[in-house]
Amino acid sequence: MNLLIAVMLFWGLAWLVNLRLARSTRPIVRILVPMIFGITLLVLWEGLVHGLDVSPVILPPPSSVAIKFAASYKVLWTDLTQTFFKGALSGFIIGALVAFLVAIAVDRSPFLKAGVLPIGNFMSALPIVGVAPIMVMWFGFGWQSKAAVVVVMVFFPILINVIAGLAASERMQRDLMATWGASYWQTLFKLRLPAAMPFVFNGLKIAGTLSLIGAIVAEFFGSPTMGIGFRITAEIGRLGLDMIWAEITMAALVGSAFYGVIVFLERRVTFWHPSQRH
Amino acid sequence: MIFDVGSNKMKSLGPILTVLMVIFAFWYLMAIKLNSQWEYDQAVRAKVEVGFWDILPNTMQQKKPVLPAPHQVLTGLWDGLAGQPITSKRSLVYHAWITLSGTIYGFVIGTAMGILLAVGIVYNRAMDLSVMPWAIASQMIPIIAIAPMLAVVVHALGASAIVTKAVISAYLSFFPVLVGMVKGLRAPEQMQIDLLHTYSASKTEILWKLRFPASVPFLFTSLQVGIAASLVGAIVGELNQPAGLGARLLQGTYHGLTVHIWAALIVASLLAAILVKTIQGFERITLVKMGMRK
Repeated sequence: MNLLIAVMLFWGLAWLVNLRLARSTRPIVRILVPMIFGITLLVLWEGLVHGLDVSPVILPPPSSVAIKFAASYKVLWTDLTQTFFKGALSGFIIGALVAFLVAIAVDRSPFLKAGVLPIGNFMSALPIVGVAPIMVMWFGFGWQSKAAVVVVMVFFPILINVIAGLAASERMQRDLMATWGASYWQTLFKLRLPAAMPFVFNGLKIAGTLSLIGAIVAEFFGSPTMGIGFRITAEIGRLGLDMIWAEITMAALVGSAFYGVIVFLERRVTFWHPSQRH
Repeated sequence: MIFDVGSNKMKSLGPILTVLMVIFAFWYLMAIKLNSQWEYDQAVRAKVEVGFWDILPNTMQQKKPVLPAPHQVLTGLWDGLAGQPITSKRSLVYHAWITLSGTIYGFVIGTAMGILLAVGIVYNRAMDLSVMPWAIASQMIPIIAIAPMLAVVVHALGASAIVTKAVISAYLSFFPVLVGMVKGLRAPEQMQIDLLHTYSASKTEILWKLRFPASVPFLFTSLQVGIAASLVGAIVGELNQPAGLGARLLQGTYHGLTVHIWAALIVASLLAAILVKTIQGFERITLVKMGMRK
């Protein structure tokens, strides 16, 4: 009971501090306030689990998740290699490349473009994760089937974004290229592709989050005895919730890092775009 | 004006049909290629010599094909939709209904949460600074991945199966709504807010009479993304459950019933299309009534 009161007090106190801090406009506040909020969430979680005597089978406290994380880094690393590097990343790269090339090919013919664009739009709203069982059946339990699911998942968002991006350069700019006697490929590489980059990165960002999800879900339908999705299903049977949360923490960290890399590349490539100029 | 829209639609109909026909042709070719291996193996086992043309018809009517031909999927789909009484466990309508109820349940909760949080964020700077970064970070958690775990936990807490799905759906749909609504509630210009101040409008009045109406177009755009995400959440959430399209997918995998998998996939796609179209319909009616679109 005392613990619960202490937790609530901490919550109130942190909130007051944040209210106070939010009035200031110094840049440090932008980091400090979310950090205090995050710490409050962790303290609340830890305190409530102990205070209300929640069974670790339902919700383990963050401290035990952290201990598990540190203790089983080897297993976590093998799972990460299997799911992220082999499954998600290779699928992401293949899917992005194929979508990119198809988009450039489709872009040459207005007829094809008019046909592919609505279908691509439709497809990217579909629950494509559902092809996971089919891919597992075709490509086996290894990482290849996971990569295949990711390829299909990332293909359509990137395809429609690249097609939209290739239309982003203005008529005037293309005419200017024409007056300089630029060939199709010169116009493509020097004007249209650079102009398409903000759209391309928009597609890559959507695909980046999808890729990890696709690889993990595909593992639910069959996998070798490693991988994030495998570990989660296996640990449910043993009620090892702390291990599951450790896997989730890792997946979240890796997902954020991957997203961060894409955003970093976007800043470097599209530095000229108004949204990047602060 | 009306004729213009009509002719535009007619113009894109040709290309769409062409692309669809190419896809179907490719599908048939792949079906022949992938399924022929099994037929050859059977022939070897039966010690008969067969040529390509002998097995060609068989590749399109296997019971458990590697890739079912389109007409097989359509037959399976028709059988699942219309061939059973809709209360039967073999009926796709029954499974689709289970998935749909979970989707809607979660979508409503997620949308309500997103709108409430957005109002809080727009009106309170401390909340804006503290919640927004974590809301973005929360989307980095592959929530779908913990669906099976959530199922165990929610079940242990004594809640029913639909709640599990709803929790996942809500989690997936709240984020697009939150982002869209924050943008929408901030859409009115300072000049308009100042005008309401000169009318001595209170904060709640500004919210109801200016910010909410201004956010409606943003809301509908996010709802379209949100409902599609909700559906994915519901499907993955019911993988370990006895009924629903997700369950149907997993059962199909276990028993190698590829036609079932494809039929369930198509029903899921149809459901997604219907849901998105419904939202678009509401959007059009609402915006026309509000005078934002003709």
